[in-house]
Amino acid sequence: MNIAVILRQVPDLIEPLEVDASGAALDLSAATFVVNETDDHALEQALLLKESGRGTVTVVALDFGEVDNTLYTAAAKGADRIVKVAWEQTQAPSPHAAAAPLAEALRTLAPDLVLVGVQAHDELDGVLAPLLATRLGLPYVGVIRGVKAAADGRTVVVCKEFPGAVMARLTVRLPAVLGILGADQPPRYVPVSRIRAAMKSTRFEEVSHAAGLGPSGIAVTRMAPPPAGARAEMLTGSEAEVAQRITELLAEKGLLK
Amino acid sequence: MSTSDILVLAEIQRGTLADITSELLAAARGLVSPSGGEVVAAVLAANGGAFVPALGAADRILLIDHPALANYSPEPYLAALGEVVGARAPRAVLIGATSMGWDLAPLLAARLDAPLALGCKEIAFEDSALRVTSSFCGGKMLAELRIDRTPAVLMVLPGAYRPGETPGKAQVESWKLSASLEPAAIRFDEFQLPEAGDVDITQQDILVAVGRGIQQKENVELAEQLAQVLGGAVCASRPVVDQGWLPPTRQVGKSGMTVKPKLYLALGISGAPEHQEGMKNSELIIAVNTDARAPIFDIAHYGAQVDALELLPALVEAVQARKG
Repeated sequence: MNIAVILRQVPDLIEPLEVDASGAALDLSAATFVVNETDDHALEQALLLKESGRGTVTVVALDFGEVDNTLYTAAAKGADRIVKVAWEQTQAPSPHAAAAPLAEALRTLAPDLVLVGVQAHDELDGVLAPLLATRLGLPYVGVIRGVKAAADGRTVVVCKEFPGAVMARLTVRLPAVLGILGADQPPRYVPVSRIRAAMKSTRFEEVSHAAGLGPSGIAVTRMAPPPAGARAEMLTGSEAEVAQRITELLAEKGLLK
Repeated sequence: MSTSDILVLAEIQRGTLADITSELLAAARGLVSPSGGEVVAAVLAANGGAFVPALGAADRILLIDHPALANYSPEPYLAALGEVVGARAPRAVLIGATSMGWDLAPLLAARLDAPLALGCKEIAFEDSALRVTSSFCGGKMLAELRIDRTPAVLMVLPGAYRPGETPGKAQVESWKLSASLEPAAIRFDEFQLPEAGDVDITQQDILVAVGRGIQQKENVELAEQLAQVLGGAVCASRPVVDQGWLPPTRQVGKSGMTVKPKLYLALGISGAPEHQEGMKNSELIIAVNTDARAPIFDIAHYGAQVDALELLPALVEAVQARKG
Protein backbone atom coordinates (compact mmCIF):
# COMPACT_ATOMS: atom_id res chain seq x y z
CA MET A 1 0.00 0.00 0.00
CA ASN A 2 1.38 3.36 -0.99
CA ILE A 3 0.50 5.98 1.60
CA ALA A 4 0.85 9.73 1.34
CA VAL A 5 0.93 11.84 4.49
CA ILE A 6 0.47 15.61 4.58
CA LEU A 7 2.54 17.44 7.19
CA ARG A 8 1.74 21.05 8.06
CA GLN A 9 3.46 23.68 10.15
CA VAL A 10 1.38 25.50 12.75
CA PRO A 11 2.27 28.17 15.31
CA ASP A 12 3.35 26.66 18.61
CA LEU A 13 0.61 27.42 21.13
CA ILE A 14 3.15 27.33 23.94
CA GLU A 15 4.30 30.75 22.73
CA PRO A 16 2.00 33.78 23.12
CA LEU A 17 0.04 34.53 19.94
CA GLU A 18 0.06 38.07 18.59
CA VAL A 19 -2.13 39.88 16.08
CA ASP A 20 -0.41 41.84 13.30
CA ALA A 21 -0.80 45.53 12.49
CA SER A 22 -3.82 44.89 10.26
CA GLY A 23 -5.70 43.63 13.32
CA ALA A 24 -7.12 40.79 11.24
CA ALA A 25 -4.33 38.21 11.03
CA LEU A 26 -1.86 36.44 13.26
CA ASP A 27 1.57 38.00 13.45
CA LEU A 28 3.73 35.05 12.50
CA SER A 29 6.98 36.99 12.14
CA ALA A 30 8.22 35.89 15.54
CA ALA A 31 6.20 32.69 15.83
CA THR A 32 7.76 29.32 16.46
CA PHE A 33 6.38 26.64 14.18
CA VAL A 34 5.81 23.02 15.06
CA VAL A 35 4.37 20.11 13.15
CA ASN A 36 0.59 20.00 13.36
CA GLU A 37 -0.21 17.52 16.11
CA THR A 38 -2.79 15.43 14.27
CA ASP A 39 -0.55 15.36 11.18
CA ASP A 40 2.14 13.84 13.39
CA HIS A 41 -0.36 11.14 14.33
CA ALA A 42 -1.16 10.67 10.63
CA LEU A 43 2.53 10.04 9.96
CA GLU A 44 2.71 7.56 12.84
CA GLN A 45 -0.35 5.73 11.52
CA ALA A 46 1.20 5.56 8.06
CA LEU A 47 4.44 4.13 9.45
CA LEU A 48 2.50 1.53 11.45
CA LEU A 49 0.59 0.48 8.32
CA LYS A 50 3.83 0.21 6.39
CA GLU A 51 5.40 -1.88 9.14
CA SER A 52 2.40 -4.21 9.25
CA GLY A 53 2.77 -5.10 5.59
CA ARG A 54 4.40 -3.88 2.46
CA GLY A 55 4.26 -0.40 1.10
CA THR A 56 5.78 3.01 1.14
CA VAL A 57 5.21 6.23 3.02
CA THR A 58 5.57 9.48 1.13
CA VAL A 59 5.44 12.72 3.08
CA VAL A 60 4.12 15.77 1.25
CA ALA A 61 4.46 19.27 2.66
CA LEU A 62 4.36 22.87 1.55
CA ASP A 63 7.68 24.69 1.73
CA PHE A 64 6.65 27.04 4.52
CA GLY A 65 8.04 27.92 7.92
CA GLU A 66 10.53 25.52 9.46
CA VAL A 67 9.31 22.60 7.40
CA ASP A 68 12.77 21.17 6.63
CA ASN A 69 13.28 20.15 10.26
CA THR A 70 9.90 18.45 10.26
CA LEU A 71 10.69 16.65 7.01
CA TYR A 72 14.09 15.42 8.18
CA THR A 73 12.42 14.13 11.35
CA ALA A 74 9.84 12.30 9.21
CA ALA A 75 12.65 10.73 7.18
CA ALA A 76 14.42 9.67 10.37
CA LYS A 77 11.21 8.04 11.57
CA GLY A 78 10.99 5.94 8.42
CA ALA A 79 9.30 7.91 5.62
CA ASP A 80 10.53 6.62 2.24
CA ARG A 81 10.05 9.73 0.13
CA ILE A 82 9.81 13.42 0.94
CA VAL A 83 8.03 15.72 -1.49
CA LYS A 84 8.34 19.43 -0.81
CA VAL A 85 5.82 21.56 -2.69
CA ALA A 86 6.75 25.14 -3.53
CA TRP A 87 4.99 27.85 -1.55
CA GLU A 88 5.95 31.31 -2.77
CA GLN A 89 3.48 33.35 -0.74
CA THR A 90 4.64 35.27 2.31
CA GLN A 91 1.48 34.52 4.29
CA ALA A 92 0.80 31.17 5.93
CA PRO A 93 -1.16 28.79 3.72
CA SER A 94 -4.87 28.73 4.48
CA PRO A 95 -6.63 25.38 3.95
CA HIS A 96 -8.09 26.56 0.64
CA ALA A 97 -4.77 27.95 -0.55
CA ALA A 98 -2.92 24.80 0.51
CA ALA A 99 -5.43 22.38 -0.99
CA ALA A 100 -4.79 23.29 -4.63
CA PRO A 101 -1.01 22.67 -4.80
CA LEU A 102 -1.13 19.72 -2.42
CA ALA A 103 -3.90 18.06 -4.46
CA GLU A 104 -1.85 18.58 -7.60
CA ALA A 105 1.16 16.88 -6.00
CA LEU A 106 -1.01 14.02 -4.70
CA ARG A 107 -2.56 13.50 -8.12
CA THR A 108 0.91 12.85 -9.52
CA LEU A 109 1.78 10.44 -6.70
CA ALA A 110 -1.52 8.54 -7.03
CA PRO A 111 -1.32 6.97 -3.54
CA ASP A 112 -3.70 4.26 -2.31
CA LEU A 113 -4.30 6.12 0.91
CA VAL A 114 -3.88 9.76 1.94
CA LEU A 115 -3.60 10.45 5.67
CA VAL A 116 -4.02 14.00 6.96
CA GLY A 117 -4.53 15.34 10.46
CA VAL A 118 -8.25 15.91 10.94
CA GLN A 119 -7.69 19.45 12.10
CA ALA A 120 -5.05 22.13 12.38
CA HIS A 121 -5.58 24.56 15.22
CA ASP A 122 -5.11 27.58 12.96
CA GLU A 123 -7.83 26.57 10.50
CA LEU A 124 -10.68 29.09 10.38
CA ASP A 125 -12.37 28.86 7.02
CA GLY A 126 -11.73 25.37 5.71
CA VAL A 127 -10.52 21.89 6.61
CA LEU A 128 -7.68 20.60 4.51
CA ALA A 129 -8.37 16.86 4.40
CA PRO A 130 -11.92 17.01 2.98
CA LEU A 131 -10.84 19.78 0.60
CA LEU A 132 -8.15 17.45 -0.74
CA ALA A 133 -10.60 14.55 -1.01
CA THR A 134 -13.06 16.69 -2.93
CA ARG A 135 -10.39 17.95 -5.32
CA LEU A 136 -9.13 14.40 -5.87
CA GLY A 137 -12.63 12.92 -6.16
CA LEU A 138 -11.90 10.45 -3.36
CA PRO A 139 -14.06 9.33 -0.42
CA TYR A 140 -13.32 10.95 2.93
CA VAL A 141 -14.00 10.22 6.54
CA GLY A 142 -12.39 11.93 9.52
CA VAL A 143 -12.03 11.89 13.32
CA ILE A 144 -10.27 8.56 12.88
CA ARG A 145 -8.39 6.92 15.72
CA GLY A 146 -6.74 3.81 14.33
CA VAL A 147 -6.44 2.26 10.85
CA LYS A 148 -5.90 -1.39 9.93
CA ALA A 149 -5.19 -2.70 6.45
CA ALA A 150 -7.61 -5.43 5.41
CA ALA A 151 -6.31 -8.70 4.02
CA ASP A 152 -7.82 -8.01 0.59
CA GLY A 153 -5.42 -5.10 0.06
CA ARG A 154 -8.24 -2.99 -1.35
CA THR A 155 -9.80 -1.72 1.87
CA VAL A 156 -8.86 -0.42 5.30
CA VAL A 157 -10.83 -0.74 8.52
CA VAL A 158 -10.95 2.45 10.56
CA CYS A 159 -12.30 3.53 13.94
CA LYS A 160 -14.20 6.80 13.95
CA GLU A 161 -14.45 8.38 17.38
CA PHE A 162 -17.77 9.49 18.87
CA PRO A 163 -18.55 10.95 22.31
CA GLY A 164 -18.38 8.64 25.30
CA ALA A 165 -15.34 6.72 24.02
CA VAL A 166 -17.64 5.05 21.48
CA MET A 167 -16.05 4.03 18.19
CA ALA A 168 -17.74 3.31 14.89
CA ARG A 169 -15.94 0.71 12.84
CA LEU A 170 -16.04 1.55 9.15
CA THR A 171 -14.64 -0.24 6.12
CA VAL A 172 -13.18 2.14 3.54
CA ARG A 173 -12.49 1.17 -0.04
CA LEU A 174 -9.22 2.53 -1.43
CA PRO A 175 -8.12 4.94 -2.69
CA ALA A 176 -9.38 7.27 0.01
CA VAL A 177 -8.48 10.22 2.21
CA LEU A 178 -8.68 9.86 6.00
CA GLY A 179 -8.68 12.62 8.61
CA ILE A 180 -6.63 11.26 11.49
CA LEU A 181 -7.30 12.28 15.09
CA GLY A 182 -4.99 9.74 16.69
CA ALA A 183 -2.78 6.86 15.60
CA ASP A 184 -2.92 3.36 17.01
CA GLN A 185 0.04 4.34 19.16
CA PRO A 186 1.62 7.68 20.15
CA PRO A 187 3.99 9.27 17.63
CA ARG A 188 7.37 7.63 17.99
CA TYR A 189 10.38 9.36 19.45
CA VAL A 190 13.38 9.66 17.22
CA PRO A 191 16.81 10.51 18.63
CA VAL A 192 18.62 13.61 17.41
CA SER A 193 21.47 11.48 16.06
CA ARG A 194 19.11 9.82 13.60
CA ILE A 195 17.69 13.16 12.52
CA ARG A 196 21.22 14.40 11.90
CA ALA A 197 21.92 11.29 9.86
CA ALA A 198 18.72 11.86 7.87
CA MET A 199 19.81 15.44 7.15
CA LYS A 200 22.87 14.04 5.41
CA SER A 201 21.19 11.22 3.53
CA THR A 202 17.72 12.54 2.65
CA ARG A 203 17.00 14.21 -0.66
CA PHE A 204 13.81 16.20 -0.93
CA GLU A 205 11.85 15.94 -4.17
CA GLU A 206 10.98 19.57 -4.80
CA VAL A 207 7.99 20.29 -7.03
CA SER A 208 6.41 23.47 -8.25
CA HIS A 209 2.78 23.79 -9.23
CA ALA A 210 0.44 25.70 -11.46
CA ALA A 211 -2.50 25.60 -9.09
CA GLY A 212 -3.92 28.97 -8.10
CA LEU A 213 -5.09 29.98 -4.67
CA GLY A 214 -8.57 28.85 -3.82
CA PRO A 215 -10.84 31.51 -2.31
CA SER A 216 -12.71 30.67 0.88
CA GLY A 217 -15.50 33.22 0.54
CA ILE A 218 -14.84 34.53 4.03
CA ALA A 219 -13.27 37.82 5.12
CA VAL A 220 -11.54 38.03 8.49
CA THR A 221 -12.32 41.51 9.80
CA ARG A 222 -10.75 41.34 13.25
CA MET A 223 -8.70 39.06 15.44
CA ALA A 224 -8.02 39.27 19.17
CA PRO A 225 -7.30 37.01 22.12
CA PRO A 226 -10.38 36.36 24.23
CA PRO A 227 -10.60 38.40 27.43
CA ALA A 228 -8.28 36.65 29.87
CA GLY A 229 -9.54 35.08 33.06
CA ALA A 230 -13.06 36.34 32.55
CA ARG A 231 -14.42 34.27 35.39
CA ALA A 232 -11.83 32.64 37.62
CA GLU A 233 -10.92 34.12 40.99
CA MET A 234 -7.15 33.73 40.96
CA LEU A 235 -5.35 32.21 43.94
CA THR A 236 -1.91 33.71 44.38
CA GLY A 237 1.23 32.80 46.23
CA SER A 238 3.70 29.93 46.25
CA GLU A 239 2.71 26.37 45.38
CA ALA A 240 2.46 25.59 49.11
CA GLU A 241 0.25 28.63 49.70
CA VAL A 242 -1.98 27.79 46.74
CA ALA A 243 -2.23 24.19 47.97
CA GLN A 244 -3.31 25.45 51.37
CA ARG A 245 -5.90 27.78 49.86
CA ILE A 246 -7.34 25.03 47.64
CA THR A 247 -7.55 22.72 50.67
CA GLU A 248 -9.47 25.38 52.60
CA LEU A 249 -11.84 25.87 49.68
CA LEU A 250 -12.54 22.15 49.46
CA ALA A 251 -13.16 21.99 53.19
CA GLU A 252 -15.53 24.98 53.04
CA LYS A 253 -17.53 23.28 50.32
CA GLY A 254 -17.72 19.97 52.13
CA LEU A 255 -15.54 18.16 49.62
CA LEU A 256 -13.03 16.76 52.10
CA LYS A 257 -14.46 13.64 53.66
CA MET B 1 -32.15 32.10 -5.59
CA SER B 2 -31.58 31.67 -1.89
CA THR B 3 -34.20 31.95 0.79
CA SER B 4 -33.87 33.51 4.22
CA ASP B 5 -34.21 30.09 5.85
CA ILE B 6 -31.62 28.74 8.26
CA LEU B 7 -31.17 24.99 7.95
CA VAL B 8 -30.05 22.95 10.96
CA LEU B 9 -28.66 19.44 10.75
CA ALA B 10 -30.49 17.47 13.44
CA GLU B 11 -27.77 15.13 14.65
CA ILE B 12 -28.71 11.62 15.66
CA GLN B 13 -26.11 9.53 17.44
CA ARG B 14 -26.88 5.86 18.01
CA GLY B 15 -30.62 6.42 17.90
CA THR B 16 -30.64 9.50 20.13
CA LEU B 17 -31.04 13.14 19.16
CA ALA B 18 -27.79 14.82 20.19
CA ASP B 19 -27.88 17.84 22.54
CA ILE B 20 -26.18 19.99 19.92
CA THR B 21 -29.39 19.95 17.87
CA SER B 22 -31.38 22.10 20.30
CA GLU B 23 -28.41 24.47 20.57
CA LEU B 24 -28.28 24.82 16.78
CA LEU B 25 -32.04 25.45 16.66
CA ALA B 26 -31.60 28.26 19.22
CA ALA B 27 -28.82 29.79 17.12
CA ALA B 28 -30.98 29.53 14.02
CA ARG B 29 -33.94 31.15 15.75
CA GLY B 30 -31.84 34.20 16.52
CA LEU B 31 -30.97 34.51 12.85
CA VAL B 32 -34.39 34.14 11.28
CA SER B 33 -36.26 36.56 13.50
CA PRO B 34 -35.00 39.68 11.76
CA SER B 35 -34.95 38.19 8.29
CA GLY B 36 -38.33 36.51 8.34
CA GLY B 37 -37.18 33.08 7.15
CA GLU B 38 -37.87 29.71 8.67
CA VAL B 39 -35.84 27.51 10.99
CA VAL B 40 -35.63 24.22 9.11
CA ALA B 41 -34.45 21.03 10.83
CA ALA B 42 -33.15 18.32 8.52
CA VAL B 43 -33.48 14.84 10.04
CA LEU B 44 -31.40 12.20 8.28
CA ALA B 45 -32.39 8.77 9.53
CA ALA B 46 -33.89 5.44 8.59
CA ASN B 47 -37.10 6.57 10.23
CA GLY B 48 -36.94 10.10 11.58
CA GLY B 49 -40.52 10.42 12.72
CA ALA B 50 -39.61 9.46 16.27
CA PHE B 51 -37.54 12.62 16.64
CA VAL B 52 -40.29 15.07 15.66
CA PRO B 53 -41.53 15.74 19.23
CA ALA B 54 -38.04 16.87 20.27
CA LEU B 55 -37.76 19.32 17.36
CA GLY B 56 -40.56 21.68 18.28
CA ALA B 57 -38.21 24.65 18.13
CA ALA B 58 -38.08 24.30 14.33
CA ASP B 59 -40.59 25.85 11.98
CA ARG B 60 -40.24 23.02 9.49
CA ILE B 61 -38.98 19.51 10.09
CA LEU B 62 -37.74 17.74 7.00
CA LEU B 63 -37.80 13.98 7.40
CA ILE B 64 -35.27 12.48 5.03
CA ASP B 65 -35.77 8.77 5.55
CA HIS B 66 -33.68 6.10 3.87
CA PRO B 67 -32.31 2.75 5.04
CA ALA B 68 -28.76 3.89 4.15
CA LEU B 69 -29.12 6.63 6.80
CA ALA B 70 -29.71 4.21 9.67
CA ASN B 71 -26.14 4.59 10.90
CA TYR B 72 -23.77 7.40 10.09
CA SER B 73 -21.52 7.07 7.09
CA PRO B 74 -20.33 10.20 5.29
CA GLU B 75 -21.29 9.41 1.71
CA PRO B 76 -25.04 8.80 2.00
CA TYR B 77 -25.36 11.57 4.58
CA LEU B 78 -23.53 14.02 2.33
CA ALA B 79 -25.58 13.02 -0.72
CA ALA B 80 -28.83 13.49 1.17
CA LEU B 81 -27.84 16.73 2.88
CA GLY B 82 -26.37 18.11 -0.34
CA GLU B 83 -29.61 17.46 -2.18
CA VAL B 84 -31.70 19.19 0.48
CA VAL B 85 -29.42 22.22 0.75
CA GLY B 86 -29.16 22.50 -3.01
CA ALA B 87 -32.91 22.41 -3.48
CA ARG B 88 -33.95 24.61 -0.55
CA ALA B 89 -31.09 27.11 -0.89
CA PRO B 90 -31.03 28.28 2.75
CA ARG B 91 -29.12 31.40 3.78
CA ALA B 92 -26.98 29.30 6.12
CA VAL B 93 -26.54 25.70 7.22
CA LEU B 94 -25.73 25.13 10.90
CA ILE B 95 -23.87 21.94 11.78
CA GLY B 96 -22.38 21.03 15.16
CA ALA B 97 -18.62 20.75 15.63
CA THR B 98 -19.00 17.06 16.42
CA SER B 99 -17.52 13.88 15.01
CA MET B 100 -20.23 13.88 12.35
CA GLY B 101 -20.01 17.61 11.78
CA TRP B 102 -16.26 17.54 11.20
CA ASP B 103 -16.99 15.33 8.18
CA LEU B 104 -20.17 16.79 6.84
CA ALA B 105 -19.66 20.54 7.21
CA PRO B 106 -16.39 20.74 5.25
CA LEU B 107 -17.51 18.14 2.71
CA LEU B 108 -20.78 19.98 2.12
CA ALA B 109 -18.99 23.32 1.76
CA ALA B 110 -16.50 21.81 -0.66
CA ARG B 111 -19.22 20.14 -2.70
CA LEU B 112 -21.26 23.35 -2.97
CA ASP B 113 -18.20 25.61 -3.21
CA ALA B 114 -19.73 27.41 -0.25
CA PRO B 115 -17.93 29.37 2.49
CA LEU B 116 -17.28 27.43 5.69
CA ALA B 117 -16.63 28.93 9.11
CA LEU B 118 -15.22 26.78 11.91
CA GLY B 119 -15.44 27.24 15.68
CA CYS B 120 -18.53 29.47 15.54
CA LYS B 121 -19.46 30.96 18.92
CA GLU B 122 -21.66 33.88 17.87
CA ILE B 123 -23.58 34.37 14.64
CA ALA B 124 -25.52 37.45 13.61
CA PHE B 125 -26.54 39.44 10.58
CA GLU B 126 -24.83 42.74 9.85
CA ASP B 127 -26.51 44.47 6.93
CA SER B 128 -27.04 41.58 4.57
CA ALA B 129 -23.88 39.71 5.55
CA LEU B 130 -23.36 37.15 8.25
CA ARG B 131 -21.00 38.18 11.05
CA VAL B 132 -19.46 35.24 12.87
CA THR B 133 -17.18 35.14 15.90
CA SER B 134 -15.00 32.04 15.72
CA SER B 135 -12.66 30.51 18.23
CA PHE B 136 -9.43 28.97 16.98
CA CYS B 137 -5.87 28.18 18.06
CA GLY B 138 -7.19 26.02 20.87
CA GLY B 139 -9.43 28.79 22.16
CA LYS B 140 -6.54 31.23 22.48
CA MET B 141 -7.72 33.50 19.68
CA LEU B 142 -11.03 34.86 18.42
CA ALA B 143 -11.69 35.96 14.85
CA GLU B 144 -14.55 38.00 13.49
CA LEU B 145 -15.62 36.84 10.06
CA ARG B 146 -17.82 38.44 7.41
CA ILE B 147 -19.60 36.14 4.98
CA ASP B 148 -21.50 37.52 2.01
CA ARG B 149 -21.90 34.39 -0.09
CA THR B 150 -24.87 32.06 0.20
CA PRO B 151 -25.29 29.44 1.54
CA ALA B 152 -22.79 29.70 4.35
CA VAL B 153 -21.90 26.50 6.16
CA LEU B 154 -21.29 27.23 9.84
CA MET B 155 -19.78 24.67 12.20
CA VAL B 156 -21.00 25.70 15.65
CA LEU B 157 -19.16 24.88 18.87
CA PRO B 158 -21.19 22.79 21.30
CA GLY B 159 -22.14 24.93 24.28
CA ALA B 160 -21.99 28.19 22.33
CA TYR B 161 -25.78 28.52 22.46
CA ARG B 162 -28.27 27.54 25.14
CA PRO B 163 -31.32 25.62 23.95
CA GLY B 164 -34.13 28.11 23.42
CA GLU B 165 -37.70 28.05 24.67
CA THR B 166 -39.31 29.70 21.65
CA PRO B 167 -41.50 27.14 19.91
CA GLY B 168 -41.53 26.96 16.14
CA LYS B 169 -44.34 26.04 13.78
CA ALA B 170 -43.00 22.47 13.72
CA GLN B 171 -44.55 21.57 10.37
CA VAL B 172 -43.45 18.12 9.29
CA GLU B 173 -42.52 17.49 5.70
CA SER B 174 -41.29 14.23 4.19
CA TRP B 175 -38.51 14.67 1.69
CA LYS B 176 -38.41 12.34 -1.29
CA LEU B 177 -34.77 11.77 -2.11
CA SER B 178 -33.78 11.69 -5.75
CA ALA B 179 -30.07 11.10 -5.00
CA SER B 180 -28.85 7.52 -4.98
CA LEU B 181 -27.40 6.78 -1.56
CA GLU B 182 -25.66 3.50 -2.33
CA PRO B 183 -23.42 1.73 -2.98
CA ALA B 184 -20.75 3.70 -1.13
CA ALA B 185 -16.98 3.39 -0.70
CA ILE B 186 -17.33 3.77 3.08
CA ARG B 187 -19.39 1.16 4.88
CA PHE B 188 -20.58 1.34 8.48
CA ASP B 189 -19.85 -1.97 10.23
CA GLU B 190 -20.65 -1.56 13.91
CA PHE B 191 -20.36 0.58 17.00
CA GLN B 192 -17.73 -0.46 19.52
CA LEU B 193 -18.57 0.51 23.07
CA PRO B 194 -15.85 1.13 25.68
CA GLU B 195 -14.75 -1.92 27.58
CA ALA B 196 -16.29 -2.27 31.03
CA GLY B 197 -14.04 -2.55 34.04
CA ASP B 198 -12.34 0.84 34.10
CA VAL B 199 -13.50 3.67 36.38
CA ASP B 200 -16.65 5.40 35.12
CA ILE B 201 -15.58 9.03 35.37
CA THR B 202 -19.12 10.24 34.67
CA GLN B 203 -20.16 8.87 38.06
CA GLN B 204 -17.36 10.45 40.12
CA ASP B 205 -17.97 13.40 42.47
CA ILE B 206 -14.32 14.42 42.37
CA LEU B 207 -12.14 14.42 39.29
CA VAL B 208 -8.46 15.28 39.10
CA ALA B 209 -7.91 16.08 35.44
CA VAL B 210 -4.47 16.16 33.84
CA GLY B 211 -3.42 17.70 30.56
CA ARG B 212 -0.32 18.31 28.52
CA GLY B 213 1.24 20.14 31.46
CA ILE B 214 1.71 16.82 33.23
CA GLN B 215 4.62 16.37 30.81
CA GLN B 216 5.25 12.63 31.13
CA LYS B 217 3.52 9.39 31.95
CA GLU B 218 5.28 8.93 35.28
CA ASN B 219 3.73 12.16 36.55
CA VAL B 220 0.22 10.75 36.19
CA GLU B 221 1.05 8.85 39.39
CA LEU B 222 1.19 12.19 41.25
CA ALA B 223 -2.35 12.92 40.11
CA GLU B 224 -3.42 9.40 41.13
CA GLN B 225 -2.09 10.08 44.63
CA LEU B 226 -4.12 13.29 44.86
CA ALA B 227 -7.25 11.57 43.54
CA GLN B 228 -6.79 8.87 46.13
CA VAL B 229 -6.57 11.26 49.08
CA LEU B 230 -9.55 13.22 47.75
CA GLY B 231 -11.60 10.07 47.12
CA GLY B 232 -11.93 10.73 43.40
CA ALA B 233 -10.52 9.55 40.10
CA VAL B 234 -8.09 10.79 37.48
CA CYS B 235 -9.25 11.86 34.04
CA ALA B 236 -7.49 13.66 31.20
CA SER B 237 -7.65 15.89 28.18
CA ARG B 238 -7.08 14.42 24.72
CA PRO B 239 -3.26 14.85 24.43
CA VAL B 240 -2.73 12.66 27.50
CA VAL B 241 -4.90 9.90 26.02
CA ASP B 242 -3.25 10.30 22.62
CA GLN B 243 0.06 9.59 24.33
CA GLY B 244 -1.37 6.41 25.79
CA TRP B 245 -0.82 7.58 29.38
CA LEU B 246 -4.48 6.98 30.27
CA PRO B 247 -7.16 4.94 28.47
CA PRO B 248 -9.85 6.58 26.28
CA THR B 249 -12.44 5.89 28.99
CA ARG B 250 -10.71 8.61 31.05
CA GLN B 251 -10.88 11.26 28.33
CA VAL B 252 -13.06 14.31 28.94
CA GLY B 253 -14.25 16.44 26.05
CA LYS B 254 -15.85 16.41 22.65
CA SER B 255 -14.74 12.94 21.71
CA GLY B 256 -14.57 11.65 25.26
CA MET B 257 -16.89 11.78 28.24
CA THR B 258 -19.09 14.60 29.46
CA VAL B 259 -18.77 14.98 33.22
CA LYS B 260 -20.50 17.10 35.87
CA PRO B 261 -18.63 16.34 39.12
CA LYS B 262 -18.81 18.34 42.33
CA LEU B 263 -15.12 19.16 41.87
CA TYR B 264 -13.12 19.31 38.64
CA LEU B 265 -9.50 20.06 39.39
CA ALA B 266 -7.84 20.81 36.04
CA LEU B 267 -4.04 20.48 36.19
CA GLY B 268 -1.97 21.61 33.22
CA ILE B 269 -5.00 21.76 30.93
CA SER B 270 -5.21 24.80 28.65
CA GLY B 271 -8.94 24.37 28.11
CA ALA B 272 -9.51 24.16 24.37
CA PRO B 273 -13.20 24.40 23.40
CA GLU B 274 -13.23 20.65 22.72
CA HIS B 275 -12.23 19.98 26.33
CA GLN B 276 -14.52 22.60 27.84
CA GLU B 277 -17.42 20.92 26.09
CA GLY B 278 -17.05 17.90 28.36
CA MET B 279 -16.60 19.59 31.75
CA LYS B 280 -17.91 23.14 31.74
CA ASN B 281 -20.98 22.24 33.80
CA SER B 282 -18.96 20.91 36.73
CA GLU B 283 -20.16 22.36 40.04
CA LEU B 284 -16.72 23.63 41.08
CA ILE B 285 -13.84 24.07 38.65
CA ILE B 286 -10.35 24.84 39.94
CA ALA B 287 -7.77 25.32 37.20
CA VAL B 288 -3.99 25.28 37.54
CA ASN B 289 -1.90 26.41 34.61
CA THR B 290 1.32 28.37 34.13
CA ASP B 291 -0.20 30.30 31.19
CA ALA B 292 -2.28 33.21 32.48
CA ARG B 293 -4.12 33.35 29.17
CA ALA B 294 -5.13 29.68 29.18
CA PRO B 295 -8.82 29.49 28.17
CA ILE B 296 -9.54 27.18 31.10
CA PHE B 297 -9.45 30.25 33.37
CA ASP B 298 -12.44 31.65 31.46
CA ILE B 299 -14.72 28.93 32.79
CA ALA B 300 -13.00 28.03 36.07
CA HIS B 301 -14.38 29.32 39.36
CA TYR B 302 -10.90 29.48 40.86
CA GLY B 303 -7.53 29.52 39.16
CA ALA B 304 -3.86 29.47 40.05
CA GLN B 305 -0.97 30.37 37.79
CA VAL B 306 1.54 27.86 39.16
CA ASP B 307 3.27 24.70 37.96
CA ALA B 308 0.92 21.75 38.40
CA LEU B 309 3.84 19.39 38.99
CA GLU B 310 5.09 21.57 41.85
CA LEU B 311 1.60 21.98 43.25
CA LEU B 312 0.62 18.30 43.26
CA PRO B 313 2.84 17.04 46.14
CA ALA B 314 2.07 20.17 48.17
CA LEU B 315 -1.65 19.64 47.66
CA VAL B 316 -1.48 15.95 48.60
CA GLU B 317 0.34 16.93 51.79
CA ALA B 318 -2.08 19.76 52.61
CA VAL B 319 -5.16 17.60 52.10
CA GLN B 320 -3.70 14.75 54.16
CA ALA B 321 -2.83 17.19 56.96
CA ARG B 322 -6.33 18.67 56.89
CA LYS B 323 -7.99 15.28 57.00
CA GLY B 324 -5.72 14.22 59.83
